[in-house]
Amino acid sequence: MLQGHAFTYGKNVDTDVIIPGRYCNLTDPAELGKHALEDLDKNFATTVKPGDFIVAQTNFGCGSSREHAPIAIKGAGVSAVIAKSFARIFYRNSLNIGLPVFECPEAVDGISAGDEVRVDPATGTIENVSKGTHYTAHALPPFMRALVDAGGLRPYVEQRLRERAAARR
Amino acid sequence: MGMTITEKILAKHAGVERVTPGEIINANVDLVLANELSAAVAIKEFHRVEGAGRVFDPEKIALVADHFVPAKDPRSAEIAASMVRWAHEQNVTHIFDVGKGGIEHVVLPEEGLIAPGELIVGGDSHTCTYGALGAFATGMGSTDISAAFCLGEVWLKVPQSVKVVYHGALEPFVYAKDLMLHTIRMLGGIDGATYQAIEFTGETIDAMSITGRLTMANMAVEAGAKNGIIAPDEKTFAYVRERTTRAFEPVFSDPDAHYERVIEIDASALVPTVAMPHSPENTVPVTQCVGVKVDQVFIGSCTNGRIEDLREVAHILKGKRVAESVRVIVNPGSQRVYIQAAEEGILGALAAAGCAVNTPGCGACFGGHMGTLGAGEVCISTTNRNFVGRMGSPEASIYLASPATCAASALFGSITDPRSLTLEPATR
Ligand code: SF4
Repeated sequence: MLQGHAFTYGKNVDTDVIIPGRYCNLTDPAELGKHALEDLDKNFATTVKPGDFIVAQTNFGCGSSREHAPIAIKGAGVSAVIAKSFARIFYRNSLNIGLPVFECPEAVDGISAGDEVRVDPATGTIENVSKGTHYTAHALPPFMRALVDAGGLRPYVEQRLRERAAARR
Repeated sequence: MGMTITEKILAKHAGVERVTPGEIINANVDLVLANELSAAVAIKEFHRVEGAGRVFDPEKIALVADHFVPAKDPRSAEIAASMVRWAHEQNVTHIFDVGKGGIEHVVLPEEGLIAPGELIVGGDSHTCTYGALGAFATGMGSTDISAAFCLGEVWLKVPQSVKVVYHGALEPFVYAKDLMLHTIRMLGGIDGATYQAIEFTGETIDAMSITGRLTMANMAVEAGAKNGIIAPDEKTFAYVRERTTRAFEPVFSDPDAHYERVIEIDASALVPTVAMPHSPENTVPVTQCVGVKVDQVFIGSCTNGRIEDLREVAHILKGKRVAESVRVIVNPGSQRVYIQAAEEGILGALAAAGCAVNTPGCGACFGGHMGTLGAGEVCISTTNRNFVGRMGSPEASIYLASPATCAASALFGSITDPRSLTLEPATR
């Protein structure tokens, strides 16, 4: 169960504000986390607590393919991002690195900044504890669900490599 | 029902008869690309994969140091050097270090590494540029790229296709860049084509140079698309055959292929177009911005850093002087572009006009170095993104435009309609 408070943002939060290009020569999640969202919300990185959520409108994570973006968010301690919709590459990157992302327009409309939120990643149930409301996020397509259950893309790749090695034997 | 060019390329690489939008496939890749920033994360991940050891095929990987090169600080030096080291360890053949390459999306087509019908994935969102040559190409993050290094295959969701049909000829001083900025708006803005394939068609595209087509496909991601694609024709074949002897299989959309939507655009009615701060979708005719004072003009990037672009700029600036109040920074897109521009006297002409001419690379495009903007500054740029903080300070403003509009603006230190210049456009 994921639990924390909500930081709310608008639509089209792009990867340049999630982690500016000038920091993209960093690879350490904690270091990247210190600069997460710095050009959008100067106070974010200093006030976010482990478990907190980012709640945003449509097209979250648009722009570059930099995986530094979800890594920075995860490195800052964020437990999940809830948005009305996500940009394609950001969405894929998040699942690959194990940052849970939930598409749920109703929840976004029902959550205000600072609300306490609880999320069950297994069922996609989102609870606004402060307001006593419940929502259900769009289910992941089965293939992506399997990736997430396996712990990201790496275990899947290892499985494929084992299959190939076995086929060669 | 028939298939689109995108669907056909995906089906072929997945080893199946046909695919349908929404379906998830495993596709073999013809080339995997990374730059030093995405490679840094991808190589770290590659080392964590149990059983990886060697890359799937060292001849099907391209690594380009372009974002922070020549290194802007020790850390940048280290990540570029470690990419080069890893490339040698893995016997990767296509490795482009400083002085030998340039911007990845300018370099790969130039080097003959892209051909019609191929499938390319890259650790950079503008990988979609290669669709200009009739290939399927899409950007991904580093973990996906690491997986592709290991397996030579990627999982993909088959996108729906959107067809854009362009009619008519572009007016003088109106270019592919203007057309694409306008198209982003017509598609519904920066999430107008999210997850979709944009197919650019029609007589305007047929008449367009490969350079123009590369500019169009480059910005498909600015509409949120997975890929942009243009069916190959004689121009494409000539361009590719000049650069590689590799066999390739061109693919075309069936006449009865299904499109999620078809948009018609009258290109002959288009005027020079500018995207205002802070989004590529904020497009207006240049006339609405004329007179806006600029502190910097940036010419370059994977969108508009090719030789034709520099010729256009030199045509406008040659023998003149850029305004005293403005800094003009030029980054040729690649080493080949740089050499060609030097031979044609373009670099000298631009330097004489008061431009700072940099070595090839991304430079100021993403706020890395060599032209970072300060708070309150305004820049007009030939690049593809003008988000907050993109070129440096979050308090700077960026306008996106064609090389001609940027060059005209350089002369006056304020946004200028290139049609107001007393000269004919350069011949393309
Ligand atoms: S020129 Fe700009 S957009 Fe193109 S690859 Fe470099 S940083 Fe990215």
